[in-house]
Amino acid sequence: MNIKLRSAENFKFTPENMDWAKGQLSKYPDNRRESAVMPLLTRAQEQNNGWVSVPVMEYIADMLEMPYIRVHEVASFYTMYNLKPVGKHVIEVCTTTPCWLRGSDDVVAACKDELGIGFGETTKDGEFTLLEVECAGACVNAPVIAYRKEYYEDLDGHSTRNFIKAIKSGEIVSSGPQTTDRHKSAPQGGPTTLKEFCALEGGKR
Amino acid sequence: MLADKDRIFTNLYGYQSFGLNAAKKRGDWDGTKALLEKGGDWIINEMKSSGLRGRGGAGFPTGLKWSFMPKESDGRPHYLVVNADEGEPGTCKDREIIRHDPHKLIEGCLVAGFSMKACAAYIYIRGEFVAEADVLEAAIQEAYAAGLIGDNACGMGYKFDVYVHRGAGAYICGEETALIESIEGKKGQPRMKPPFPANVGLYGCPTTVNNVESIAAAPTILRRGGAWFASLGRPNNTGTKLFCISGHVNNPCNVEEEMGISLKELIEKHAGGVRGGWDNLLAVIPGGSSVHLLPKNICDTVLMDFDSLRAEGSGLGTAAVIVMDKSTDIVKAIARLSAFYHHESCGQCTPCREGTGWMSRVMQRMVTGEAEIEEIDMLLDVTKKVEGHTICALGDAAAWPIQGLFRHFRPEVERRILEYKKSRKAA
Repeated sequence: MNIKLRSAENFKFTPENMDWAKGQLSKYPDNRRESAVMPLLTRAQEQNNGWVSVPVMEYIADMLEMPYIRVHEVASFYTMYNLKPVGKHVIEVCTTTPCWLRGSDDVVAACKDELGIGFGETTKDGEFTLLEVECAGACVNAPVIAYRKEYYEDLDGHSTRNFIKAIKSGEIVSSGPQTTDRHKSAPQGGPTTLKEFCALEGGKR
Repeated sequence: MLADKDRIFTNLYGYQSFGLNAAKKRGDWDGTKALLEKGGDWIINEMKSSGLRGRGGAGFPTGLKWSFMPKESDGRPHYLVVNADEGEPGTCKDREIIRHDPHKLIEGCLVAGFSMKACAAYIYIRGEFVAEADVLEAAIQEAYAAGLIGDNACGMGYKFDVYVHRGAGAYICGEETALIESIEGKKGQPRMKPPFPANVGLYGCPTTVNNVESIAAAPTILRRGGAWFASLGRPNNTGTKLFCISGHVNNPCNVEEEMGISLKELIEKHAGGVRGGWDNLLAVIPGGSSVHLLPKNICDTVLMDFDSLRAEGSGLGTAAVIVMDKSTDIVKAIARLSAFYHHESCGQCTPCREGTGWMSRVMQRMVTGEAEIEEIDMLLDVTKKVEGHTICALGDAAAWPIQGLFRHFRPEVERRILEYKKSRKAA
């Protein structure tokens, strides 16, 4: 284990997160506390600036009465746990075949160029990390970028540049399709089915 | 074309709110108590007669699966687990159900859970679907507050809880036993079967794992009757299905259609046709990345259901239709899938752990032609050595796209190899 990571600061849930963690534990039978390891790691990662350090793993292992190695196993198995520090903004680009067919190469090139880094790297100022991800599960809105809680869809090179520039300048970009004016995963030009239904009150666009 | 009145997922595109009031207007939670009062056996029989086959890819009859659960508890609780770990490349239907029609899923959990005497449902949603998980949690809270689930679900004196468990990025957790391991707080590595989850599943208790679409379709099927669902589609391939049409079409989209619709009609009616016209079509992967691709001549006539696609050596899988036009580097498209399976192998079984990496590396060379002609047969031989020799189906899923490529596009790969050799000689 990397000594530097070990000697990182201690970790403790904030009171709010501790309450939340207790709520998670109530989802599982009393003698199955380890079931909460994934949600707790996820929340801890959010609190710990986007990555899971060794003290984080040890803290959660103690809380769930699990051997440290079991928590480490889980943290290293699932790709969404970052085991090293990441930038403030983590940009995840999907490059699997459905995205690739729709031009994810252009999206990747735009990200790399705008940020000046490659996949798995973080900008020197600690602002951005760029990650390549496998199928994000939004293939009819390909190509997609996952950022924070949302997906940014129907991208091309130009809209990807605008997206990153907007993040840099602190703007909030609305999620969903970026280059089309279609509604979520309905076809461009409007639904071919349920037309009456989609026009009902409460329906947008 | 399927009539709107026969569509189950009326808020597929999210034009309306996901909330309880809007869901009720769409017909959800209508007379749920009366459905439950008919009893678990009635529910299971109705599901059997509907002919619904699992919508997660394998196509196992849903009603039959439910009937495998022990009729009486031996003291262990029963669980329903919903597989929302959607990640098969090309597939993006469960996401739409969860973020736009979550009450269909929650009501489905209740009727399915009730029929198998389950005490709770765990919905395992992939970690990347953060906003979707938030919507689902909110809908579940609505259902609790309305007394639809909880200590006295629908006033039936039956206690039923619904929990969301978020994943954290592992395709393999879409395999049912890996998913169970993951909920138990472990690495998502599949278990040997038998014992099957219906006997020894989550926490060692009887468990049924179903796909989101299967569970979410159940309440509508029960309300309208199994015979209604069975009247759509073709025998053994009944009902409606969500199709995800991606790749080189003019208007990629999700759409609910009748099973057995022709592939051509599906693409032309709903996705605006193939980019550059039907004659510009090269190939289609009809059921998510794991199934064999189909060249254009088969696409001209093939019907989209389990048996028709199986007859062509492919499969319906998740009904994720990945369309590739003539501009596609078909070898690269499949090589990217090989890289995907290499990335997602859990590493438990040697043939898959070593084989996916090996196949991926050879496929990379096939893209440029930097290979020997004999290596094609060697590669196919390795796919056969991986296929069927692993605990779960990921090994098969890694082997099939490669087999499909060579079945239909072998001359293209051979051409690249010869061309590469020629260029080396010239240099």
